[in-house]
Amino acid sequence: MSEALAIAAPTAGKREPGRLWIVPPAALLALLFFYPLALIVRQAFLDDGGAANAAEIIRVLHSRFFLNALVNTVTISVAATAGCLIVGLVLALILAFVPFPGSGFIARLIDTFIALPTFLVTLAFTFLYGSAGMLNSGLMEVFSLPLPPVDFLYSTWGVVLAEVTVYTPFILRPLLAAFSLVDRGQIEAASVLGARPFRIVRQVILPAAVPALIAGGSLCLLLTVNEFGIVLFIGAKGVITLPLLIYGKAIQESAYQVACIIATINIALSLGLFGLYRFAAGRLGA
Amino acid sequence: MLVWSRSGRLLIWVLFALIFGVLFLAPLAVILLSSLADQWNGVLPNGFTTEHYTDVARGAAWNAVKASLVTGFLASALALVSGTWAALSLRLQGHALKRLLGLLFFIPSAVPSVSVGLGLLVAFSHPPLLLNGTIAIVMIAHFVLISAFTFGNVSAGLARLSPDFEQVASSLGARPAYRLWHVTLPLLAPYLVAAFGLSFALSMGELGATVMVYPPGWLTLPVSIFSLTDRGDIFAGAALTMILVASTLVLLLGLERITARATGS
Repeated sequence: MSEALAIAAPTAGKREPGRLWIVPPAALLALLFFYPLALIVRQAFLDDGGAANAAEIIRVLHSRFFLNALVNTVTISVAATAGCLIVGLVLALILAFVPFPGSGFIARLIDTFIALPTFLVTLAFTFLYGSAGMLNSGLMEVFSLPLPPVDFLYSTWGVVLAEVTVYTPFILRPLLAAFSLVDRGQIEAASVLGARPFRIVRQVILPAAVPALIAGGSLCLLLTVNEFGIVLFIGAKGVITLPLLIYGKAIQESAYQVACIIATINIALSLGLFGLYRFAAGRLGA
Repeated sequence: MLVWSRSGRLLIWVLFALIFGVLFLAPLAVILLSSLADQWNGVLPNGFTTEHYTDVARGAAWNAVKASLVTGFLASALALVSGTWAALSLRLQGHALKRLLGLLFFIPSAVPSVSVGLGLLVAFSHPPLLLNGTIAIVMIAHFVLISAFTFGNVSAGLARLSPDFEQVASSLGARPAYRLWHVTLPLLAPYLVAAFGLSFALSMGELGATVMVYPPGWLTLPVSIFSLTDRGDIFAGAALTMILVASTLVLLLGLERITARATGS
């Protein structure tokens, strides 16, 4: 539209009417998203009378429940992202460079996990690793144990394992795209010249994967910080993250101001990670 | 081929099967198994039954499927219109404004869904904008959360579109509206269908914002599944989860076939 208008009316500096088309979708998003977001921040800093109250903020920031949730959120997010990077890299290397019959189908199957609800995995883990699950029943039967021996599901590690399953596809997708651009001739030449597979991976393949790893990793950090369903479904008393704390304060305790204070911090953390992701993805595209 | 020896390749494939089996295959298989399990005291179920499916079909399932499909359809349709509109009109902006607005349209995907729900509760619980307790607030929450994905998909499609067709159309004298309707949108169609499918799937699985804002009587599939498992009824929860997975996959496959037929490939 802009080219056509530029030819028809070469009046430089005059505003094109086409520019105003952006207003309806922008206004819709402003009303339904940015306005509520601003109100969360407002309610975090002001009490019901409209006066600023720093005391409540300081009380929340020093409270045990908030610090616990913050530490849990960061620990789970970092551990799950590290797990996703390792698992994603191993799977992508095999799918791209040691393919087997049907590997394309398997790659697509893993990709559909992106479209499935995250809590599905937690529910499945209850049947697999729960106290009455398959693994524990099997071990108790074989070794005639009186108590279930495997007990990691209702801890931080249960959440981490579930998040690794759910978010590995987000690493796999950019990695496979990056690997498809690696020159196969270079790899064959290196191996004909006697380079061991590890050396080829380190010196030829990994450098090509670094941008995808950084972009995928920062996306995983963001998504795991925001994850809600997995933690809610595990339902362990000791594993409370920031999103779960917001839900608990707002819905179960009706403490909206506390919820808004925590939400403001959670949103700031997420937007910081979003900035990191955009920066990394921008470098990847460049 | 990175590994040449037969034994080395076999070893690597066993490693792959192990990771894939434990992380991806086992969860899906076990959900299916448990939704059909009669009683489960040992390693494997003691017997099989379709009782959980008939139970949820008599109880929550039908309403939950309806709530999820209606919410997903309306929210995705609105997100498709607004995302396409935004992506198209963003092309008319100057460089700096284009970058800034492009970033702003992506931000809803970065904010935790629970906070999106909290914001809607805070903003729309008082007149004149009293939406708390209505079905509309659920739709709005889903729309906000998926709008960034629709916008991103359509923008990516626009970026890949060859500008030649549009330039030829306008040099032949096509007016902007005609060109948009008869050239740009048909070329974009595969991306629009893909965007709609992805946002529909995301909406079907959405839990964080829904659990904050849902009114009584409008329990989506994820909310119903959570209330079942929270009561300890995990087998019925598994059956309802299978219904959710099946309806999502049928939807995605159906849309994929429509795209394939439309593009003639």
